[in-house]
Amino acid sequence: MAQSAAASQVLVKTGDEMSLDTELSRLLQILQVHEEDLLSRWTEAVSRQLRGRAVQLEVRRELTEIWNALRAGVAMGTTDAQSPAFDELRSLLAELSRTRARHGFSPRETAIGVLALKDSAQNVLDPAGDGSGLAELYREFLALGRLVDELEMFTFETFAEARERVIADQAEQLLELATPVVKLWDGIVALPLVGTLDSARTQVVMESLLQTLVDTGSAHAIIDITGVPAVDTQVAQHLLKTVVAARLMGAECIVSGIRPQIAQTMVALGIEFGDIATKATLADALALALSQTGTDIVRRAPRRRPRDS
Amino acid sequence: MAELSVLGTDEVPIHTDADVVRVRQLVRAAAVAAKLSLVDQTKIVTAASELARNTLIYGGGGQAVVETVNDGRRRGIRALFRDEGPGIADVDLALTDGYTTGGGLGLGLSGARRLCDEFELDSAVGAGTCIQVTKWTR
Amino acid sequence: MERVPILKIGRVLLVSVQIDLQDQTALALQEDLSERIVSTGARGVLIEISALEIVDSFIGRMLSTIASISRVLDAETVVVGMRPAVAITLVELGLSLGGVRTALNVEKGLEILDRDMTVEDDNVIEDEPAGSAAGSVTEARWPN
Repeated sequence: MAQSAAASQVLVKTGDEMSLDTELSRLLQILQVHEEDLLSRWTEAVSRQLRGRAVQLEVRRELTEIWNALRAGVAMGTTDAQSPAFDELRSLLAELSRTRARHGFSPRETAIGVLALKDSAQNVLDPAGDGSGLAELYREFLALGRLVDELEMFTFETFAEARERVIADQAEQLLELATPVVKLWDGIVALPLVGTLDSARTQVVMESLLQTLVDTGSAHAIIDITGVPAVDTQVAQHLLKTVVAARLMGAECIVSGIRPQIAQTMVALGIEFGDIATKATLADALALALSQTGTDIVRRAPRRRPRDS
Repeated sequence: MAELSVLGTDEVPIHTDADVVRVRQLVRAAAVAAKLSLVDQTKIVTAASELARNTLIYGGGGQAVVETVNDGRRRGIRALFRDEGPGIADVDLALTDGYTTGGGLGLGLSGARRLCDEFELDSAVGAGTCIQVTKWTR
Repeated sequence: MERVPILKIGRVLLVSVQIDLQDQTALALQEDLSERIVSTGARGVLIEISALEIVDSFIGRMLSTIASISRVLDAETVVVGMRPAVAITLVELGLSLGGVRTALNVEKGLEILDRDMTVEDDNVIEDEPAGSAAGSVTEARWPN
């Protein structure tokens, strides 16, 4: 009878919310008596999972803060993890997960923080481990479990968000890194592209190329894609648009180093390079650009060493 | 999921050439404040210029509303152009490159659409035209 | 309405657009330039637009039209100093400025015009020494 009532509570998640509050606060009161023991066990469990990557004293301080915030929230008469009563607890957990994410801890290592409370509480209340200590606290324990699960979910979400931000930041840094426009000759610059080009990176790189043309007053640019394994329609379109934009600014682009696979893809995709100059190698492109600027390259016969002098 | 919030609104009537320039300046200032990249600023200002001119020439004047918006993830610029002119009979045709009834290049509407992330056109013959464009930070 | 000033340097008319162009100002510039090409007999037009934050289809059309008109009047037009962001936007807009020659800056634009004019001078003047001929032609054409 009591069991089925508890089950329906979990499933429907409505009903006597009030009694859940009192049950949980009763449980916390009992745990409060064993606070020292609980925190030790809790700290032990978390530290074991982190395998020495965090100082035990520090872990204990964090957990004590979480424990206090949890009690403060429950004391305000709610078990809803989203309620304002748990604002402080949630901000503590958010801060913790963000720090963990930034320092490269795994999701498991981050999650253990709150999760270990359940096991630790169980160990404290049921030292014999045969369930006898918990028999009368079934509903109370259920209430704790539910709250911890909610908090757990929150921790994980924050962790994932923080990780995504780290990834986004790194992607941005990569974008800035990978735009080397080099001067080859007076009035000739080259943009050697290496690695996979996505639409965003192509855009950034091309903008930086056009800006360099203005800054250096170079009327010739060579875009070398020898190091690019593949291009899709969008990237090819960006390339083409850049060449047209450069023309509007009064500069000519030559595309060099198109791999056979890329040439095949481009033809298959129906991308036409029209009257844009393409060359097999960067050297060929440079020779073309030099001739366009009116510079001749003359190969001299090797000078003979005078025999008598 | 994300709630769209409006951070700032400005309204400009469009009745003269000078108003078109004013719309451009207003959109530029908003785009700078929203931290759009230089290229994106230029794109949204150009689109606004095209649309403001359309409002003046084809709509017989009207107004522009420039807003800074936030969709929870990123900021953006939203510009609305409204007139009570003759309206557009065939929207698809009007959005075709090179189609013009005013002796222009026919790139105003179609070009403006390409320059923005979002483009909404609402028009009824005899009742006027309303075009809203949005550009988001990348 | 403001007007864009047109400067004459040798055989070239230089227009530096420093203001946000109203449509009427753009049209006025088109007319002013046509008249000045004829009245000065200029052989080249240099339009410097590095201060322009945007070029929309209207200004784009103005540039193309100026290039066509000046060609009819036997002058070559070069548009110089277009900003990268403006160029990228123009491409996206679908405008290619057909028939308009471009250069990165005034210096390079002048080089292009000089080259064209030199080629023509070389073709026209065959019998006389190049230096004195060019000098006399200059005086005959621009008596100010």
